[in-house]
Amino acid sequence: MKTTKTLLAAIALGTSLVLGTTAAVAAGKQHNAEDISFSFEGVFGHFDRAQLQRGYLVYKQVCAACHSMSLMSYRNLGERGGPELSEAEVKALAAEATIQDGPNDEGEMFERPGLPSDRFASPFPNMQAAMAANGGAYPVDLTLITKKREGFHFPWYVSPFIKLVKGNGGPEYVRSVLMGYEDPPADAAKDAPEGKSYNPYFAAGPWISMAPPLSEDAVEYADGTKASVEQMATDVAAFLTWAGEPKMEQRKSMGFQVVLYLALLSLLLFLTKKRVWGREPH
Amino acid sequence: MSGHSTYNPTNPVMKWLDDRLPLPRLMYDSFVSYPVPRNLNYWYTFGGILMIMMVSQIITGIILVMHYTPHVDMAFDSVEHIRRNVNFGNVLQKWHAVGASFFFIAVYIHIARGMYYGSYKAPREILWMLGVAIFLVMMATGFMGYVLPWGQMSFWGAKVITNLFSAVPFFGEAIVTWLWGGFSVDNATLQRFFSLHYLLPFVLVGVVILHVWALHVTGQGNPTGVEVKSGQDTIAFTPFATVKDAFALSVFFIVFTAFVFYAPDYLGHSINYEEANPLVTPEHIVPEWYYLPFYAILRAVPDKLLGVVAMFGSIMIWFILPWLDTSKVRSAAYRPIFKQLFWLLMIDFFILGVVGANPPEGWWITVGQIATVYYFAHFLILLPLVGLLETPRPLPSSISDAVLAKNASKQPAAQPAE
Repeated sequence: MKTTKTLLAAIALGTSLVLGTTAAVAAGKQHNAEDISFSFEGVFGHFDRAQLQRGYLVYKQVCAACHSMSLMSYRNLGERGGPELSEAEVKALAAEATIQDGPNDEGEMFERPGLPSDRFASPFPNMQAAMAANGGAYPVDLTLITKKREGFHFPWYVSPFIKLVKGNGGPEYVRSVLMGYEDPPADAAKDAPEGKSYNPYFAAGPWISMAPPLSEDAVEYADGTKASVEQMATDVAAFLTWAGEPKMEQRKSMGFQVVLYLALLSLLLFLTKKRVWGREPH
Repeated sequence: MSGHSTYNPTNPVMKWLDDRLPLPRLMYDSFVSYPVPRNLNYWYTFGGILMIMMVSQIITGIILVMHYTPHVDMAFDSVEHIRRNVNFGNVLQKWHAVGASFFFIAVYIHIARGMYYGSYKAPREILWMLGVAIFLVMMATGFMGYVLPWGQMSFWGAKVITNLFSAVPFFGEAIVTWLWGGFSVDNATLQRFFSLHYLLPFVLVGVVILHVWALHVTGQGNPTGVEVKSGQDTIAFTPFATVKDAFALSVFFIVFTAFVFYAPDYLGHSINYEEANPLVTPEHIVPEWYYLPFYAILRAVPDKLLGVVAMFGSIMIWFILPWLDTSKVRSAAYRPIFKQLFWLLMIDFFILGVVGANPPEGWWITVGQIATVYYFAHFLILLPLVGLLETPRPLPSSISDAVLAKNASKQPAAQPAE
């Protein structure tokens, strides 16, 4: 198992060195996301609580203007393995939102402050409203964005090996798209679509309807971290990764116990097998 | 082996039960005293592994159904609900989804082992054919299961596969409408797939029981392909096979759980995290990895109907494998040419899988067509011919002779002058 992993890592490393250049050159295609190291990667990966809290702030103050996160509840922010905000903080955050509820006893819908059990309030009542307000483009729901988008694209003959080690690059994709706005090359600029920006990291790109969302100091971090575009992009990518699978930490720590248990069991079974078969020719 | 039973209960309760319903006797004869060839290698442990995988899929599936909602508006969110809110739901869902892949990994190894050692030959034809039936039921079950999370690939995979039936002359359109329960893949389709996905595993259990029954009538094959001739050749199922199977299962589960816990999405498609949308077609519609070789065969044929026939034919051909192989010798260990053909078939099957994963354009089409022709040529031309032309190596006179000869050749190296 260990040698296999080392072998795979070696293959992945070797091929990515070779392909680092060729993949980026692949003409007109989506650029590979920049591969950075997140704290939640690997067998013992954990989320950085402070980073998740910063990422949530970026989502709340910037992304949430257009993007919903329909599968998330405020209570999730206080749960183990996430930003782990205190109960009071979660209550206060939820109460900032206005939630439509009802019907009441008179049959009327009414509005009330949010509760921890409420889902994140969506910026638009429905998809049509969201599209109408965004020039016909739908601001995708962000709950599963790091799961459904792939940042890494490699030729078929190496892709399975690299992705086994590196994953699909969903978190890296989010980060790279947020940082990836650039001036279009001269030949592409000629037929630039109205109101769109150039972003070669965007999956359906290179033209993207979302204007560059982050600018220097767009948010003010409570922990004093400097809010550079890269910092915010990295933080919100981590936050969205957690939101994509809030139970990731539990999964990984349980997995370690399971695999360790099976490894010991296998050893014992192997010794038992040797003993049982002992002198029986086979 | 259907010898007379050696079960002799000492416990009065067991004796009482055995006199009225010989269930303890059946279990004892099948899983304790059942004689197995003493030379079985680890490739023969996959039958037991498959049994456990089947049980594992059924148990996790039953629990998942307690939280899943088979409705187009709620299915996707209900799977996310399982991952997010159900106790241990995140692991349970991944165990089931990755479990399907490992069920197929095990079954492919099991089938390949059968082909290598000629396990399909007389008197085990029915045993083999039941195995092919099991594989078909597994494929149908796996396909329908993949539709249930109602992601983009679920939806479009269902659409592409069900649309295959429109190739049937005259009744094609009617059959597809009937399968869908409407005029497109919609709620009626999802609900019937859910119903069948719950039903088919129990059909599977039924066929597996027949498969094991047939196995216990003919007795297990073995790597030499020489039938069991005396008690010298066999060893009791318990403890010998039991402990060996348990060890192999445990190692298999290390790999399986490593994927469940550390690469749960690796064998799936990212785009299935996007809810099904009938208005947006994904760029590449690809089935799950375990269908890829057959998908490649489907696409290798330019004509739709013939493509469908080739795809189903590529599995149906296994049903007549016992009669296509003309050699009297079972095991590839004693068939030098067949052994090479076997490995060529494995390579060919792997190539078909790679072709199936890639878009049907450029030289992929040519490669797919060559690999498809070779696949059928292996079964229809090479296999019958090589059985007649090949000179097999001399067979050992018995299993125990083969084992003793093997051990004797090992001995001097293992024990230096002492």
